[in-house]
Amino acid sequence: MSDQATTLAPQFEGLAQQKESAIFGMWVFLVTEVMFFGGMFAGYTAYRYRFHEAFTAGSDHLNLLLGGVNTAVLILSSFTMAMAVHSAQLNRRRALIVFLVLTMLLGSTFLGIKAVEYSHKFHEHLLPGPAFQFEGADPQHAQLFFSFYFAMTGFHALHMVIGVALLAIMTWFAWRGRFSAEYYNPIEVSGLYWHFVDIVWIFLFPLLYLVGHHG
Amino acid sequence: MSHDHIVSPKLYLGVLAILLVGTALTVAAARVDLGGLNIVVAMSIAVVKASFVVLYFMHLKYSHRLNWVFGAAAMLWLALLIGLTSTDVIARLTE
Repeated sequence: MSDQATTLAPQFEGLAQQKESAIFGMWVFLVTEVMFFGGMFAGYTAYRYRFHEAFTAGSDHLNLLLGGVNTAVLILSSFTMAMAVHSAQLNRRRALIVFLVLTMLLGSTFLGIKAVEYSHKFHEHLLPGPAFQFEGADPQHAQLFFSFYFAMTGFHALHMVIGVALLAIMTWFAWRGRFSAEYYNPIEVSGLYWHFVDIVWIFLFPLLYLVGHHG
Repeated sequence: MSHDHIVSPKLYLGVLAILLVGTALTVAAARVDLGGLNIVVAMSIAVVKASFVVLYFMHLKYSHRLNWVFGAAAMLWLALLIGLTSTDVIARLTE
């Protein structure tokens, strides 16, 4: 009973209602996130249609191998996150901590590979701005492609950093024994966020890396 | 006490396999020149992958109906945002 008193907020009738509210609240937040990224996706779609040649030339400068490996790493991290929630549901504290740490490691691997890619782009003068240099028919609109590339992957990476920080806090809570099979809402809600960030990348990868890889 | 639907790790592994195969398919499909259809194929695979993540990893399949309504609303507004923007761009280019 004392356990329930510490996890049930007074405005809810019971733990089930509290959990449904937490999950629903997260879905509402994720809808706003869809709109946030949606604006960039809409802009990208319009300019890619308008300047297809330049976007193809720009995309050819991205490293398909690193992008592909990162896609696999992120998908794997979504699996370990799902397993973390599964462990929480079964009240397996040790497994929960292990899967949370694995998810953070995979997320950090993604960010590390992303940092390597960014540093390549800096050295190749592909960062939009006064230092931008591009050998091609339409450097001005290739620069536009890289503006979208850095804005979209940058905001995605920011979401990843926030996600890793969130999971670090969750790991600390799990370590302190704050979760049980009856109460693991923060783990479930963190999982929803993590999977959403994975979905954004599932669309970013083909849109940015695979514009012109024909034949 | 708990009414949660617990998804088996086997199902999660199955979803993981589908997502990895989907990624390989996306890369393979991009190597075949289908003209304007390349983007359609790539986005279709991405939508299938995202659906598996939403339904199983994010538990929407077992979730409250209200969450379905909000998910559908997000897709509707996203379709309006990208769809209507595209009609404008396409109309200008075909003038």
